[in-house]
Amino acid sequence: MTAGESAAVDVEHLVVRYDRTVALDDVTFELHFGEAIGIVGPNGSGKSTLLKSIAGLLTPAAGTLRVLGTQPKRVPAGALAYVPQIEAVDWTFPANVWDVVSMGRFSRMQFWQRFDDADRQAVETALHAVNMYDLRNRHVAELSGGQQQRVFVARAIAQRPQLLLLDEPTTGVDAETEEALRRVVRSLVDDGMPVLMTTHDLDRVGVWFDRLLVLDRRVLAIGKPDDVVESGAYTSIREHTHTHGHARITR
Amino acid sequence: MSGLLVPFQYAFMQRAFVAAIAVGLLCSIMGTYVVLRKLSFIGDGIAHASFAGIVIAYMRNFDYYVGAAIVAVLTALGIGYVHRRGNISLDTTIGVLFTAAFALGVFLMSQLKNYAVDLQSFLFGDILGVSPKDLIFIGALSLLIACAVIVLWRGLLYTSFDPVVAKASGTHVETIEYVLLVMLALTIIVALQSVGIILVAALLVTPAAAAYQLTKRFVPMMVLAAVLGVACTVGGLYLSYFLRSSSGATIVLLATILFFVAIGLKHLRAA
Repeated sequence: MTAGESAAVDVEHLVVRYDRTVALDDVTFELHFGEAIGIVGPNGSGKSTLLKSIAGLLTPAAGTLRVLGTQPKRVPAGALAYVPQIEAVDWTFPANVWDVVSMGRFSRMQFWQRFDDADRQAVETALHAVNMYDLRNRHVAELSGGQQQRVFVARAIAQRPQLLLLDEPTTGVDAETEEALRRVVRSLVDDGMPVLMTTHDLDRVGVWFDRLLVLDRRVLAIGKPDDVVESGAYTSIREHTHTHGHARITR
Repeated sequence: MSGLLVPFQYAFMQRAFVAAIAVGLLCSIMGTYVVLRKLSFIGDGIAHASFAGIVIAYMRNFDYYVGAAIVAVLTALGIGYVHRRGNISLDTTIGVLFTAAFALGVFLMSQLKNYAVDLQSFLFGDILGVSPKDLIFIGALSLLIACAVIVLWRGLLYTSFDPVVAKASGTHVETIEYVLLVMLALTIIVALQSVGIILVAALLVTPAAAAYQLTKRFVPMMVLAAVLGVACTVGGLYLSYFLRSSSGATIVLLATILFFVAIGLKHLRAA
């Protein structure tokens, strides 16, 4: 994949529906190589839906979606890594930290291929990156939420993807872990990785992201984090959510 | 000492022991996926559904197991299709489709004037009645399923833990799910002969559930499940000879005892 002119993700007039509910309405933006975009918005604003659509897990109702130059469902195996919220899996599964991170290698492997030194190297590197190497033999049920989050990020890094999607990886983690994750993600971005990540933490968007996107089913604002925060696009929906109990957009 | 070897001197018992080993291995290996994917209901469901195939085979005068296998595979694929397309939970889909197929079997049977199939042996199994031809059938299906497990090893493991991320990273999750359902249907048909419709679910769940209590990684869980599964089928068959009891019921009761022993051991270890 060349990091040339074309965008890593190109979303145009995207509409996604769940039955009759419109989850995303006319969403348009581009994510470039070597760029991290943060997505903020109230609960139910479609943040996770947007990531899942790009990951090829949901089928859009309208609009176009190009991911790594093709349709989401045609992205080559292993090219896209998606980090879900940790509640998405049953952590009593019989696996230790090493086993789960190893799964990041699976999507590219044919059944006759052995898990070789290169695979082990990728897993080790990923574990070191999130500072979980020392806990590699621990069963995943015995980890804290922040550690489970880091295991998920490590699995995505071990995959060596060309595009990284993260769904609220900093929710419920302590400040130290958050900073460790930020460094890992930023170093990937500096190496040219395009990153799209949802978050609730508005205070730290300036150090995490190159651009910030405010989403409430529609794109309310996109631009440099400081500019977007100053514009008040997000605070206005936050206040609305607070006073009315649900999000509203003034049309 | 020689008295303890008595069961092995009869050809029908030797065949029964070979069948017991194959069924014990197969059910517990597939059972590992069943337990981890929370599909415990499926063994019962597909086993009941296959009853319709047995009745149809009787009416059309072809091999019961071919009839049972066809209906079991079709039901398994139907369960996968309705679950995915209808966006209906898997346990609801299994509940609807297996009762439908079972009812179809009873309906067809009620249309027959003189039904001569030994229903008792299909409900409770007859491992002592395994013929050399049955052994070939069991062997061939076991080999087929073993190959599928090896080929799909990583895909089955990844989708059992995290199907969403597996799909996002390019794993063919739907295909793997359909193949798994077909593998389960065939496993259930193999097990039918030895333990019967009623007890097949137990053999598919109990050894793997016991192993789940005692292990913390996937491969040890599957290996322990296989050891326990064979211990139950072979041990149950052996005991049933001396107790003059139903072999299928003895096998399942032995598995149940092992399950509770496993829970006990787990608590002892935690204490």
